[in-house]
Amino acid sequence: MSKNEFGTSGADLELRGVSKRFPGFTAIEELDLTIPAGSFFALLGPSGCGKTTTLRIVAGLEEPTTGRVLIGGKDVTDAKPFQRPVNTVFQSYALFPHMTVIENIAFGLRRRRIEDPLGKAREALRLVELENVAQRRPAQLSGGQQQRVALARAIVNRPALLLLDEPLGALDLKLRRQMQLELKEIQAQVGLTFLHVTHDQEEAMTMADTVAVMNKGRIEQMGAPEELYERPRTAFVANFLGQSNLFGGKVVSSSDESIVVDVHGYRVEVPRARSQRHSGEVAVGVRPEKIELHANEPVPASGINIVGPGRVTDVSFSGVSTSYQVSLPGLGVVTVFAQNRSFGPVVHEGEQVWLSWHVEHGFGLEDEPEQLPKFAADDDTQSIAAQRRRQLQTELEGA
Amino acid sequence: MAFGAFSSGAAPGVATVQEGPRRKSRVALFLLLPGIAYLALFFLVPLISLLLTSFMAPREFGDIGQFDYAFRWENYVKVVETYLPHILRSFGYAAIATVLALIIGYPLAYFIGVNLRRFPLVQALALVLVIAPFFISFLLRTLAWKQIFADEGPVVGALNALSLMGPGDHITGTPAAVVFGLTYMFIPFMTLPIYTSLERLDLRYVEAGGDLYASPWTTFRTVTLPLSMPGVVSGTLLTFIPASGDYINASRDFLGSTETAMIGNVVETNFLILQNYPAAAALSIILMATILILVGAYVRKSGTEDLV
Repeated sequence: MSKNEFGTSGADLELRGVSKRFPGFTAIEELDLTIPAGSFFALLGPSGCGKTTTLRIVAGLEEPTTGRVLIGGKDVTDAKPFQRPVNTVFQSYALFPHMTVIENIAFGLRRRRIEDPLGKAREALRLVELENVAQRRPAQLSGGQQQRVALARAIVNRPALLLLDEPLGALDLKLRRQMQLELKEIQAQVGLTFLHVTHDQEEAMTMADTVAVMNKGRIEQMGAPEELYERPRTAFVANFLGQSNLFGGKVVSSSDESIVVDVHGYRVEVPRARSQRHSGEVAVGVRPEKIELHANEPVPASGINIVGPGRVTDVSFSGVSTSYQVSLPGLGVVTVFAQNRSFGPVVHEGEQVWLSWHVEHGFGLEDEPEQLPKFAADDDTQSIAAQRRRQLQTELEGA
Repeated sequence: MAFGAFSSGAAPGVATVQEGPRRKSRVALFLLLPGIAYLALFFLVPLISLLLTSFMAPREFGDIGQFDYAFRWENYVKVVETYLPHILRSFGYAAIATVLALIIGYPLAYFIGVNLRRFPLVQALALVLVIAPFFISFLLRTLAWKQIFADEGPVVGALNALSLMGPGDHITGTPAAVVFGLTYMFIPFMTLPIYTSLERLDLRYVEAGGDLYASPWTTFRTVTLPLSMPGVVSGTLLTFIPASGDYINASRDFLGSTETAMIGNVVETNFLILQNYPAAAALSIILMATILILVGAYVRKSGTEDLV
């Protein structure tokens, strides 16, 4: 891309064997990744999984210990940040406090000596619907407005690759949803390659064409959001993207179509194509919303897994759906989500129930069953406290 | 007054609430009293006295140093006519010293405030080193420099041996020596305020500059420097104002000569030797007024008031 004109389209991003070691720990281990031009790619993972380091390496703010970074087929590993056709929307926005909004947006254009920087900046400001604040300072804007200015400041440069570092993290839920839609719309309009780093699985799934789930410096699984959700390959993915009920057991019989696992005396069938391992001890799972509750023992039928009886230990109503915790002897606690299609919960706490799900909804994991992690559930006191704090922070910022 | 406006806006029914702020403002006034009294006594009174002195006329048939209150504004014309070179020289030397101190102080402050951030202990040590000269009286330090630059001293000797200086040349007594002395003296005053600005500089702005196609130099010019402007302004003021009134470095007893005399030296001579008090007072007033005008224009120009 020459100095004073825009790129016309997004560019491929390729990471070849990139790793990053800091004194004392490894942030990224041997990462190979290709993001095709024009796609919206999300790197999803918990904090500390190396996703932000990956993004900083692409931006040139961090040097990889090994490996090469290619943008549009050109090796930019040794290029300085200002020489790369990349712009970043920083988590903290990093809007220049001493410049007006319009000057912030025109900054990159002026550096590249692009004609009519103010006109183009005003256009970008119109895209994020903030024309009326052009002459204000960033400190005079709300969090959401600052976020949009940061987005405009990056997009106005029409970079081959736009990097988004959890830019929606500080926004409240409603605004975040709205910005997600806007971002996606903008991406469709300008046709750039977006690399979005986030720990919010819902955000990643609603926005991205392709999601890569990162854990401990490695990519665990990569694919379209539906695929990742419906066919998780590891326990980490199964639990980081939504919730899962996971069971361990021994494969007792298998056919071309499916394998049958003995889970503490229950017979659980999983399609062969949807499981990673086909013999020995395996871990299988099913999503909570795929399970049906029955007050009476259902009639066994082919293609349906039935477990029970169990006892309902908790019912929590959350508007659209109700979440039931069912305790089954030997299996432990199973979570079931049921849509609230009629009024109120279908069964009550203490009642006896049977659970069933279609065989094709089950999945088998790569993990050894005994290695099934003790999942950091979303509802332990620590994460509730953390969530509450985040909420308060956003409220404070909004006020 | 802000407090008055606040209490008048309160609802008429709640008398006790109105009482609060008014009493607070009285307390605040009371607490300010010592400060106000101090300023009135030691700043305002001498200033008025100085102003009155500057218009005095010599007593008829009086001795040297005897003057009467009058309104002799010609005093001002006289001193400007006589001492214009000294006035210009003062501001010239001070300006050069300020620029040199900025050139030396800014990188130093940047290094300590940004590069040493990851090593808090080294940073603290570096700051102590910047302040270290203050542990020695600056008269002594200036005398030490005089020794070093003296005709028999090591510097002149070395330069003579290298034939870079002729036998009749000196370092002391030259404008360069005076400017050097001023620069040396005010480097800490320049460095510390700039350090305070840079120490708080959010490096993510610098990263953002790089991300938006600005080379390191451009990022410095457009992001780092403007964000550290408050420090630069206070540093230059802390250097320029005392430097233009300085009379130690330029004095013949230290690094200067009669050719390098600044306003401070002239005021000193008029007061202590010639006993021409009105001239000395008029010069002081001129110095003060000029600094006020220059500083006002400078602060306005650098636009620090709308920096965050």
